[in-house]
Amino acid sequence: MKLKLTTLALGAALAAGPAMAELVFPSLSYRTGPYAANGIPFADGYADYFTLLNERDGGIGGEPIRMIECETGYNTEKGVECYESTKGEGALVYQPLSTGITYQLIPKATADGIPVHSMGYGRTSAKDGSVFKNIFNYPANYWDGASVAIKHLLDINGGSLEGKKIALVYHNSAYGKEPIRTLEELSKKHGFELSLLPVDHPGQEQKSQWLQIRREKPDNVIMYGWGVMNQVAIQEAANIRYPMDQFIGIWWSGSENDVRPAGDKANGYKALTFHNVGDDFPVFADIKKFVVDAGKAAGAGDQIGTALYNRGLYAAMLAAEAAKTAQKIHSTKALTPAQMRDGMEALEITEAKMAGLGLPNFGPEFTVSCENHGGNGLVAVSQWDAAADSWSLITEYVQSDQDVLKPLIAEDAAAFAAESGITPGC
Amino acid sequence: MFYREAGDFSTSYPEDSQTFPIKFDRYRYYLVLFIAIVVIPFFINDYWVNSLFLPFLIYAIAAIGLNILVGYCGQVSLGTGGFMAVGAYACYKLMTSFPDVSMVILVLLSGLITALVGVIFGLPSLRIKGFYLAVATLAAQFFLVWLFNRVPWFYNYSASGQISAPERTFFGIEITGPNTQAWATYLFCLMFVIASAYVARNLTRGSMGRKWMAIRDMDIAAEIIGVNPLRAKLTAFAVSSFFIGISGALFFAIYLGAVEVGEVFGIQKSFLVLFMIIIGGLGSIFGSFAGAAFLVLLPVALKIVGVDWLDWPTDIVAHLQLVIVGGLIIVFLIAEPHGLAQLWRVAKEKLRLWPFPH
Repeated sequence: MKLKLTTLALGAALAAGPAMAELVFPSLSYRTGPYAANGIPFADGYADYFTLLNERDGGIGGEPIRMIECETGYNTEKGVECYESTKGEGALVYQPLSTGITYQLIPKATADGIPVHSMGYGRTSAKDGSVFKNIFNYPANYWDGASVAIKHLLDINGGSLEGKKIALVYHNSAYGKEPIRTLEELSKKHGFELSLLPVDHPGQEQKSQWLQIRREKPDNVIMYGWGVMNQVAIQEAANIRYPMDQFIGIWWSGSENDVRPAGDKANGYKALTFHNVGDDFPVFADIKKFVVDAGKAAGAGDQIGTALYNRGLYAAMLAAEAAKTAQKIHSTKALTPAQMRDGMEALEITEAKMAGLGLPNFGPEFTVSCENHGGNGLVAVSQWDAAADSWSLITEYVQSDQDVLKPLIAEDAAAFAAESGITPGC
Repeated sequence: MFYREAGDFSTSYPEDSQTFPIKFDRYRYYLVLFIAIVVIPFFINDYWVNSLFLPFLIYAIAAIGLNILVGYCGQVSLGTGGFMAVGAYACYKLMTSFPDVSMVILVLLSGLITALVGVIFGLPSLRIKGFYLAVATLAAQFFLVWLFNRVPWFYNYSASGQISAPERTFFGIEITGPNTQAWATYLFCLMFVIASAYVARNLTRGSMGRKWMAIRDMDIAAEIIGVNPLRAKLTAFAVSSFFIGISGALFFAIYLGAVEVGEVFGIQKSFLVLFMIIIGGLGSIFGSFAGAAFLVLLPVALKIVGVDWLDWPTDIVAHLQLVIVGGLIIVFLIAEPHGLAQLWRVAKEKLRLWPFPH
């Protein structure tokens, strides 16, 4: 009881937070645990971009940014704790970087009127904004990824996958299971044979899955992995001498930290991405000048320009642009979560805008609307060059197979609406 | 001076055998109940409820359940996570199949279903003991998680394999889903905690508890004096699983709202609850509460001190947390192997003599 009283006192001190004259962006990051290798670069990129805006522009539209970092360890319970402890501080948008936590937050955030941006993860049918009013997943989602992976395979196989065998190695969680429905539909459409190989959390042990791949010899392997699972899978693929250029990972399985442990053997491994790679953009000069050289870089400061750092930066950039849009719509500087939501729904990313931010040609152009919270589903394929130690884009941004995806999304969104008593409408 | 039996006369047998024979203890107990039921609901908000009170209350039920099995009956179990998952999935299936039945009944039914599963997995305990039984229950843990991941019927064929709690009300007040009030979920769980603790305390004081303890202390001797090991062990598994099932159902329906079995009810959950009863005190109902409070509050307190007050990087605090919790467990095992409950007992003994110890 005594302990409880002490924490009560602690909490009372905490509740008396500072005045809300700032734009609060919580960062639910994970720098510990089996997913830290991927969580750290993303969190660094997310933090550094906001630091850059604070240092260079004095925030967004003159309003300073306050980023609250909260460690989730990719764990749902801690994610809930983080959400509850930061929402009272005026959090504008949540980006939990975890499909599990996103599922957790969808009903809570909707009830609290705070937007969630699950960029390239989370619940795919959140693309349907008429049902998921507060949830956004632009510019691409898991089903886009699955569809573009198959499109890429169609391209390299001369337009037909008839009779081919494709294996899906996936994280046995809500995240990994997301693409199964889509891939099953696509296998019907294109006539390939799909085999499913689940890998349990955290994914350190994959001998049996890769033994099965060795035995079945699938023509292609698609991977939906995260954290330590990626490194192990790529290493195992190298061990059974699986041809790397037939092995495609989703964007969450395509960071430097995933391929480097396998060394040269990882050469030619492919991964999807919805934004550009490398640090050859003007914004990185500013980051160096205002953030790194000023000693304000997040984390160890050694992740700049890596694939996931760029994604964190991209996420922060989209959040900042949405905040700008919201400021314009509501002609105010201080924002509420509801105003931020309007900004996100009216977000428009054009090439000119990105070039103005020092990120020319960084991602696809897209417009968010009430009907479409998910962008256009433009995804490119990148390939790892072990000798040069870098990723490079090997295709243009390709749009996913909307004929297949649209009905699936409508079906899943309708199911959610019925389940939770939402009347869809814009 | 205040804390003593003297002057407190019992005039009937029930009075003589009550849980708190000392007046001071009794009033303290009523005071805690009063604060928990009447005062706290007026002061809590979402943060307090979702970060501290709900996990504390729910883990306390799980710890009581495991304590009955491990602490009172001496059957080591590592299947807690799996049994909590049974409670959660049973609750989900019942909630979606019978939308009009009261949540209280559904949670109790989930507990009964878990009790049944617990008995089935408790059968090996009749033949094997100690570490070997721990391994057998570990098999239950992995099998159950695998089952709920594997068979789509359990998650109603949802694409993501997650289960999420639909909105349900209790006397017209929402207790599951996103639109709940903090006090409503708190009181709903508190009700189960008080009932569980009451039932568990009285079971362990009665003949059933004595049989369990006889089995724990020496099973052959217990058999000779007439304790049926089959009944004693299986009732321990059933009662323990019943409470664990209730905690699993509340954990899913009230606290998290959406659950993914591999992540939430994995092996770490089994260890966490086991640590709770080891730190709190094996064979003590108070110890289950103390252990649950310790392991739920400590990380949050460390986070508040480290991140919010001292402004340290979140990863350092997260790592420090592991170091501190790990260190404290070792310190406890060396300095006080009987856990926080023993400290409490010692404190009470000293208090009886205060202020004039011999």
